[in-house]
Amino acid sequence: MDVKDIIKEENLVYSKTKLLTDNIMHYCPGCTHGVVHKVLAEVIDELGLQEKTIGVAPVGCSVLAYNYIDIDWHEAAHGRAPALATAINRLYPDKYVFTYQGDGDLASIGTAEIIHACNRGENILVIFINNGIYGMTGGQMAPTTLIDMPTSTTPYGRKTEFNGHPLKITDIIAQLPGTCYVTRQSGHAPAAVRKLKKAITKAFENTGKKKGTSFIEVVSTCNSGWKLSPVKANEWMVEHMFPFYPLGDLKDE
Amino acid sequence: MAKVRGAIVVDVEKCKGCGLCVVACPSKVIELAREVNAKGYNYAYMANPEACTGCVNCALVCPDTVITVYRVKTEAEA
Repeated sequence: MDVKDIIKEENLVYSKTKLLTDNIMHYCPGCTHGVVHKVLAEVIDELGLQEKTIGVAPVGCSVLAYNYIDIDWHEAAHGRAPALATAINRLYPDKYVFTYQGDGDLASIGTAEIIHACNRGENILVIFINNGIYGMTGGQMAPTTLIDMPTSTTPYGRKTEFNGHPLKITDIIAQLPGTCYVTRQSGHAPAAVRKLKKAITKAFENTGKKKGTSFIEVVSTCNSGWKLSPVKANEWMVEHMFPFYPLGDLKDE
Repeated sequence: MAKVRGAIVVDVEKCKGCGLCVVACPSKVIELAREVNAKGYNYAYMANPEACTGCVNCALVCPDTVITVYRVKTEAEA
């Protein structure tokens, strides 16, 4: 059988969801943002929530997410996405509101906002992209940077006596009573992408049931910031990030 | 016995040649081309189309969603 005979409309098993626009993403080759955007768009499409979803974009590479996912977006000041999502959710209680934040945005400048939004149990979904550095600004050390991990501001690696300890913000958030679902996922391999999709689907369903805050950490790569090829960056993440940030559900109520 | 055959179509101009699909493919179908697209990236292509089973793994890990997957069940050729 020739390849031409296989490539027919009736044999189609996977194609780009309509919610993703045709714009070429500005992300670096191999960036995890692309995978998360894709999964998010697929979930919103499959649940039929395009008209009811409002995303809050962060400051970081994903600030331009509105170019790629065809839903309503709002842009927040650095770290303030949970505060803005709170406001949107209270004004439009029937909408599905999510924030999409990086580790510099959520775990550093926005620590107060995320802790209190989760503690209040706002009916929102938080997607937290953790790649251990500030990707957009040039790979500086973030609160989540691993010990001995080189960054542009810690070229000899992060040292605890000088730079402090890496912050497991997801573990802190899992202890807050307002959260209903806290999980840590990744997007480096096919199985991980499938699990991520299940987690995001569940989180949207929780929002529909008004159960409280759902929090999904996605352990990610930044191959440009880490100075590795995309494939090597994924291997480095499996080897170094996963032992410190183990995947799985931290809380599911 | 029925055999599953698959095929992928790569949107060459949108592919950034990250190579994540190459390692995700369990049957080693995909390679990066020697040629480049308009942006200068070595795009992914089916180097070994007979081995493709249409498992969708490459499309799942593709950050730029440039891969479309087709699958068909065929009777094994004698």
